[in-house]
Amino acid sequence: MVANAEPIIESRPVPRVLRWLGMRVLFGVLTLFLVSVLIFLATEALPGDVARIVLGTNATPEKLAAVRVQLGLDQTLVAQYWHWLRGVLTGDLGTSLINHYPVGELLAGRLLNSLVLGVFALVLILPLSLLTGMLAARLRDRFYDKTLLGSSMIANALPDFVIGTVLAALFGTTLFHVLPPVALIPPGDLPWWHPADLVLPIAAMVIMGVAYLSRLVRVAFIDVLQSEYIQQAVLNGLSMRRILFRHALPNALGPITPAASLVAAYSLAGLIVVENVFSYPGIGTALVDAVGNHDLPIVQAIVLFMAAAFYVLNTLADVLANRTRRRR
Amino acid sequence: MSFATAGKYLRPAQVRVGLVLLALMLLFTFLGPLFAPHQPNGIIGTPYAEPGGGLAFGADTVGRDVLSRVLWGGYQLVWMSVLAALLGVVVGAGIGLLAAFRGGILETLLMRLMDVLLAFPGVLLALLFVSMLGPSKPLLVLLVAVGHLPGVARVTRGAVFPVLEREHVSWARAVGLPARTILARELLPNVMSPVLVEFGVRLMWSVGTIASLSYLGYGIQPPTADWGEMISSNRSALGIQSLAVLAPIACVALFTIGGNLVSEGVSRVIARSEGRA
Repeated sequence: MVANAEPIIESRPVPRVLRWLGMRVLFGVLTLFLVSVLIFLATEALPGDVARIVLGTNATPEKLAAVRVQLGLDQTLVAQYWHWLRGVLTGDLGTSLINHYPVGELLAGRLLNSLVLGVFALVLILPLSLLTGMLAARLRDRFYDKTLLGSSMIANALPDFVIGTVLAALFGTTLFHVLPPVALIPPGDLPWWHPADLVLPIAAMVIMGVAYLSRLVRVAFIDVLQSEYIQQAVLNGLSMRRILFRHALPNALGPITPAASLVAAYSLAGLIVVENVFSYPGIGTALVDAVGNHDLPIVQAIVLFMAAAFYVLNTLADVLANRTRRRR
Repeated sequence: MSFATAGKYLRPAQVRVGLVLLALMLLFTFLGPLFAPHQPNGIIGTPYAEPGGGLAFGADTVGRDVLSRVLWGGYQLVWMSVLAALLGVVVGAGIGLLAAFRGGILETLLMRLMDVLLAFPGVLLALLFVSMLGPSKPLLVLLVAVGHLPGVARVTRGAVFPVLEREHVSWARAVGLPARTILARELLPNVMSPVLVEFGVRLMWSVGTIASLSYLGYGIQPPTADWGEMISSNRSALGIQSLAVLAPIACVALFTIGGNLVSEGVSRVIARSEGRA
């Protein structure tokens, strides 16, 4: 039976979608490989004595030599890259040049903090965008719709650090002294032990995310609400709530899903700035500190993680958008 | 682009308001230094001095005149942003045109290369290179411009495809009309509007990215007066001298809001005219 079944399966052509997905994955791996090469070249292959930049001008020759060996600068470029990549793939991210702790150990707690911030923000962004966007589509061109469009346009235009600083100014320092303008989360503590410290950073990310996503939700719903079968449902006297949630929502989700994936990607990028505005101890603050200290292994690890995550989320958005287009 | 098409873009009130805002901010940025009552780096008051007594906006953390620093604070930022947007849009559009026109392996190569750059959002690319090379101004302009390439190339390539499919264009290519003629007569005029919109968007993004980098400490370096740097260095004094933070915030905000109004309004006009066609 099994032996007979095999040729039948093999003789079927591979579904086009699967082949297309396979190509995407292949290109994705290739792209991530090139991303890692770029990160490596940017940090280690540029002109200038890396060891001297790291240690400063007063370094002793012995120390310089020690750092050169630690960084593998006495080897060829390809050998250095291979050594680094093998380490990354096996979970060995090297040791910090500043305090000589393993990078993985240093960043694990930071990464958790950042993920908590990002996930909390996303969990709020998605339903809030759906609700505000749906309501705007329902009340198209009325006061609420125009207010949402105007305020989201402004929020979209503002750089992340401006939104964060304004929030800190409003709720932390000048007008209301209700929330801490700086997140003080000691290492080892879990972020949700300090809920007050989380409010403002999450609020900043939610404002940016909702400002972007709610407009797309609005447009998607306006499109769906104008379609024939929804008009028919209205004529049949179905309640608006039923139409919105039971009939329009499933259809509007098609174009909204890829956008949500993009929001996740841009929230990740926004983390760098938002964390720094509130001194939140995540990988964004770790990156900015490491850039100042020329702590290359940390810079490499964080940039590689962020670029890879950003690329994957972006590609996911692309694939999802393609899927909805195919269905139409 | 003729005057008629330009007028079409000016019709929404949003675009006109945005343009006026942008023009005012450009005037403010480039003429502001002429009206600065003090040297931007001169220490002329006590730190955190409140507004009044000759200092309309008070003094900053080290006693410099906030008003003078706000008036000077956009000059470098805007120059660098214009250069970065220009460089990014011209090179990016070139890549998009080339990829769409030539096709084949060159297109795949170029667009995959753009994918690699696309993995470094916002300030990430700049932070990566600045970690070793230090924040010099030409480097920052270059990095921000490189960050624009993938987006601009994608938009341009997308705009070229429908033109290439038109009958007379494919005919011109078939009979071997020089590529230069096709590019100049057919492709460029048709991609002009989306590329101009891209320039507006990219200019705004450049301002945002460079200001963010300055805020993080890796953009325009102190003691140069700069809005992003002012916001970060005076933040600790937000409770006692809020103008030192709020005035530069207002400047950055008005700039990016103006740019956003224009680019959003224009792209809506383009979307509507494409929908009609």
